[in-house]
Amino acid sequence: MEQTPEHSHSHSHAPDHDVAHHVDSHVKGYLLVGGLLMFFTVVTVWLSFVNFGSQQANIWVAMALATFKAGCVAAIFMHLKSEKWTIYRFLLITVVFAFGMFFLTALAFNDPIRLN
Amino acid sequence: MEIPYEVSARPDTGLYNAKIGIWLFLASEVMLFGGLFSAYVFLRVGALPGYWPHGFLNVPVGFVNTLVLIGSSVTVVLAWASLKMRRFAQYKIWMGITILCGIFFLTVKLTYEWPAKFHHFGAYIKPEAMAKYEPYLGNNYLAAKKLPPRVEITGDVDEVALADPNSKAYVFKALDEVNADPTNPASDRPTFWQRPVVEKELVVDKADVQYASMFYPRHSAFFSAYFLITGLHGLHVLGGIIVFTYFWLPVGANLYKRNPEHLANRIEVVGLFWHFVDLVWIFVFPLFYLL
Repeated sequence: MEQTPEHSHSHSHAPDHDVAHHVDSHVKGYLLVGGLLMFFTVVTVWLSFVNFGSQQANIWVAMALATFKAGCVAAIFMHLKSEKWTIYRFLLITVVFAFGMFFLTALAFNDPIRLN
Repeated sequence: MEIPYEVSARPDTGLYNAKIGIWLFLASEVMLFGGLFSAYVFLRVGALPGYWPHGFLNVPVGFVNTLVLIGSSVTVVLAWASLKMRRFAQYKIWMGITILCGIFFLTVKLTYEWPAKFHHFGAYIKPEAMAKYEPYLGNNYLAAKKLPPRVEITGDVDEVALADPNSKAYVFKALDEVNADPTNPASDRPTFWQRPVVEKELVVDKADVQYASMFYPRHSAFFSAYFLITGLHGLHVLGGIIVFTYFWLPVGANLYKRNPEHLANRIEVVGLFWHFVDLVWIFVFPLFYLL
């Protein structure tokens, strides 16, 4: 495969104005998401001391919040919101296998072979 | 030697090589931590009522550490943004703060949280001896309120007597409030602020105990999972700190002088790893500290 030369701006110490402007416009968003994550951490702690009727219900509430927070980290901080398809393909395969692994654990609870 | 696509994107994937590399590594990390969380679920769901410790971890400390780790995720992305905007002095500041946050997180864990556990003791009472220790377990009260039974007495133990192989009893010098005052409704559920131990002596015959240990990994499936997952997570934090420090030292400045985009890419890659470490903690904190 033919190699492409590096872009001329990559060695430059002067910022590429388009790139700099694009990144600069995201800085406020990073701060906002950071604040949002901290706020939802406070909410998670608060809700964990609210009685939802059962321990299981509390776990589902906390896991829903944690998944939302993890989604924010992945989408904004890890730039998955606008990433290349190569990365999405990797992650799709990973998610399938990860769910498969949890499914195997779930199977263990329905094991028909019992010792007593 | 120049490695192709070290800085610029490959035409076929649209990504520079290191980015593909880190995402493949993170995919393997998802499987690693996924396996451990899967084991956690298996152990927790399979635990008999009362045998999954609850409320022994310091919630305010875990809460502060969570905020610090989230804060460090913000500062590392700001460090990367500073490099993209070619503001090296700003990058040094944000990266310095990130490193300090990581060091703070690890210091709290290794010098406060873990050592506190190593000096806390628990004795699981045999089912046939439960009635004898009812004033410290409060199981009749818990049954009336349809709450899970209490099967363990915990607190500060006389460690000198504990080391004596001829001793026939465990001597508690102070008890956790759940055992000192087990029918107090305030002890029904764990609270945000950890309650101090109550100065109340109790001698528990070893013959009445099915298992006893300091809060080491061997104490229970809970502490085994806790030390394994937080330990592995801590190693990841340490790895992140080492690489961040490497790029914060003159190595980073030299690389920046040669090719600023190269340093920006390196920080993006390590940053992705750091965000993943933060992401794992987002699940660890509620699962172990709160629920």
